[in-house]
Amino acid sequence: MAEATRAIERPLSPHLSVYRVMINTAMSIVHRITGAALYFGTLLLAAWLVAAAMGEQQFNMVNALFGHPIGKLVLVGYTWAIFHHMLGGLRHFVWDTGRGFEIWQVNLLAWLTIIGSISLTLATWGVGLWMRGGF
Amino acid sequence: MSFRTPLGKVRGLGSAKEGTEHFWKQRLTAVSNLVLVCIVMVLLAKLAGADYATVKRTLAKPQNAILLLLLVLSGVIHMRLGMQSIIEDYVHSEGRKVMALMLNSFFSLVVGLTCVFAVLKLSFGV
Repeated sequence: MAEATRAIERPLSPHLSVYRVMINTAMSIVHRITGAALYFGTLLLAAWLVAAAMGEQQFNMVNALFGHPIGKLVLVGYTWAIFHHMLGGLRHFVWDTGRGFEIWQVNLLAWLTIIGSISLTLATWGVGLWMRGGF
Repeated sequence: MSFRTPLGKVRGLGSAKEGTEHFWKQRLTAVSNLVLVCIVMVLLAKLAGADYATVKRTLAKPQNAILLLLLVLSGVIHMRLGMQSIIEDYVHSEGRKVMALMLNSFFSLVVGLTCVFAVLKLSFGV
C-alpha cells in the first residue's frame, strides 16, 4: 500500500516548447495575454465609473490621468486588446461551427486577427481624435 | 423520487462535474460582450474628454445605464471563466490553485459590484 501515497507520475503531453512558433501559435498566445490584460483593464472602467459617481473633483482627477500621454498610451493599448480579443473570439466562433481548419484558412484567420485589430484601433482613435480636432 | 439511472444522471457531466457549462457560458457571454462592447465603446468614445456634468447626465440616462450594467454583468462572468482556464492551465499545486481560483472569484465579484454600484449611483444617487 506504500505505493498509493507516492506521487503518481502520469505521462504528460508535449507542451508549447516542442512546437515551432507560427502565426497561429502567436495569435493564440496573444489571445490569452489580451484576455488577461482586459481582466485587469476592467479596473480602468471601474475607476472611471466610481470617480464619476463620487463627484466632480475625483472625476477630474481620473480624467487627467487618462488624458496624460502615458494614460492615453494605456488606453490605446486597452483598445487594441479589446479588438484583438474580440476578433480572436470571432475566429473561435468560426472554428466552433467546424469550419476554417484548413491550414491556409487558419493562417488567413490569424493574419486577419492581427491586421484587423491594429486597423480597428487606429481607426477608432483616428476618428475619435479627428472629431475633436485633436490632430 | 427519481426514475433516472445512476449512469443517466452522470452521463455527459465529465470529471469537472459540470458538463459543458463552462464552455457554454464562455461562448454565451462572448456573444453578448461582442454586441455590448461595440455599443459601449461608441458611448465612451463620445464621452472621452467631456466635462463632469455631461458625463453624469449621459450615464444617468436609462438606456446608457442599462447598457453599462449588462456589459459589466456579461463581462465579469466572461473574465472569471477565462481567468479560471488560465489558472487551471498554469497553477499545478493544489493549494495555490484553489487560492488563485478563490481570488479570481473575489476579484470578479468586487469589480463587478463596484461598477454596478457606481452606475446605479449615477442614475439614482444625489
